[in-house]
Amino acid sequence: MDTINPDTSISPGTAAPKDDAVIRISNLNKSFGDKKVLIDLSMHLNKGENLVVLGKSGSGKSVAIKCMVGLLTQESGSLKVHGSEVKDLNEEELKQLRIRVGFLFQSGALFDSMTVEENLEFPLTRVLQLKDRDDIRNRIEEMLESVGLLDAINKMPSDLSGGMRKRIGLARTLILKPEIMLYDEPTTGLDPITSGEISELVLEMQKKYKTSSVIITHDIACAEVTADRLLVLDEGTFVAEGTFEQLKNGPDKLVRSFFK
Amino acid sequence: MIIKTPDILTRQFIATGNQVVFMGSFFRNIFRSGFEWNELIRQSYLVGYKSISLVGITGFVLGFVLTLQSEPTMKEFGAVSYVPSMVAISVIREIGPVIIALICAGKVASGIGAELGSMKVSEQIDAMEVSGANPIQYLVVTRILACTLMIPLLTLMADGLALLGGFVASNINNSMTFGMYFNKAFSSLAFSDLFPAVIKTIFFGFAIGFVGCYKGYNSDRGTESVGLAANSAVVSASLWIILLDAIAVQLTSVFAYN
Ligand SMILES: Nc1ncnc2c1ncn2[C@@H]1O[C@H](COP(=O)(O)OP(=O)(O)OP(=O)(O)O)[C@@H](O)[C@H]1O
Ligand SMILES: [Mg+2]
Repeated sequence: MDTINPDTSISPGTAAPKDDAVIRISNLNKSFGDKKVLIDLSMHLNKGENLVVLGKSGSGKSVAIKCMVGLLTQESGSLKVHGSEVKDLNEEELKQLRIRVGFLFQSGALFDSMTVEENLEFPLTRVLQLKDRDDIRNRIEEMLESVGLLDAINKMPSDLSGGMRKRIGLARTLILKPEIMLYDEPTTGLDPITSGEISELVLEMQKKYKTSSVIITHDIACAEVTADRLLVLDEGTFVAEGTFEQLKNGPDKLVRSFFK
Repeated sequence: MIIKTPDILTRQFIATGNQVVFMGSFFRNIFRSGFEWNELIRQSYLVGYKSISLVGITGFVLGFVLTLQSEPTMKEFGAVSYVPSMVAISVIREIGPVIIALICAGKVASGIGAELGSMKVSEQIDAMEVSGANPIQYLVVTRILACTLMIPLLTLMADGLALLGGFVASNINNSMTFGMYFNKAFSSLAFSDLFPAVIKTIFFGFAIGFVGCYKGYNSDRGTESVGLAANSAVVSASLWIILLDAIAVQLTSVFAYN
């Protein structure tokens, strides 16, 4: 896109990754049938960094992060997480990778047939293979406390509001203490107060567990609080990159329109 | 309308390939560590216990109606006393397994198809996979095994109730003691009637569970695909049952009666 001014925003995706980048993507292409969703996408995520991705609805944000955990596979290009090419991993290696990478689904994706407690217990018993009931219960309560929903512990997902589901989904992902977190719109559909709390939680995870995160969001308040660096995705490729201040005051109309 | 044969063939070929792969991953995951015993028990309860009344009533009515319907004809031949064994043989060998399996295809396969379909659409299966857990082991293995175990048991129960239904029906016109009726019913039944019938229902159960899981697990995005998954699960499962029955009849006539 010709509207990018190199003075105010670094040419997207080309800022040199640090040596300890945990995710490196170069020239990624992904399409569904005839529809090209990601076109020559390049980016990296540095260790311990919060990277916010902005983009219109349908621009391919969810597709991009689904590729990062091997839920979708690219047609061409390279996508490395912790140095290994995701599409070349075998079943067991992929599992090991997924344990280290947390994924918050846009929809929350709570298990309908289980209570909130069982939802949070699922990854603890299946993935970490914990056996000690007290330990499990403590971890669940601690996690629910931090998303402010301890009193929902025995509820079914169908009895929760949209925002509560999202927070339980977040709790279920964070309970495994992942090294990399991929948040797909963690605050969308939440009131400003809860959004603020979620943003704080994202920051807290970064500080406490040195988590590196990709945060997809439309919520500019959330971006301002959490972002170390931002990328703007449009029509399958990154069109702008920079800090919050750089992008906010940049010349690109599309980019600025996110900040209104 | 132009039918593009190669397209249909290719699609069918791919679908068959996918089913084989799915079945392969089912068998691989049965023997993996961390078998989900609790979930298997819960699914067996849902498949078995929750179908008891439907299957039971069907079985009873089957024997009842079959007896009432055949008595007048048999009377003409002076063969009313053969009715119990005729009902027993036809229900246990053929009608019981097929009818119960078809009913369960409607109830169980559609239920599994819809449940897994909606889990797929709402990204719950992806969420399981991404957390590092194994959705095939948790969702698919347990459901297929539950069906494979429960459908034979349900069929046996229906067979028993069909005989009871036959007894009640034959007592409307004639009086016969319970003991006498069952003596007659079982007089012409042999192990070679029951054994192939039970084996057959094991395959029916497997087909119901497998098709339900496959259709649900592989449903498309979008809510309408949930209904589609449930619907096509019933259709394919019913087809499979009828096909398997035809094969089973051939096999038993080769092995059992020679
Ligand atoms: N599994 C899939 N099969 C076919 N098309 C898909 C699939 N997943 C996504 N798409 C298409 O890819 C495009 C990008 O989708 P994506 O979900 O990444 O958008 P998004 O940027 O996350 O938008 P939103 O902000 O609304 O969530 C859309 O046009 C969508 O229809
Ligand atoms: Mg999205």
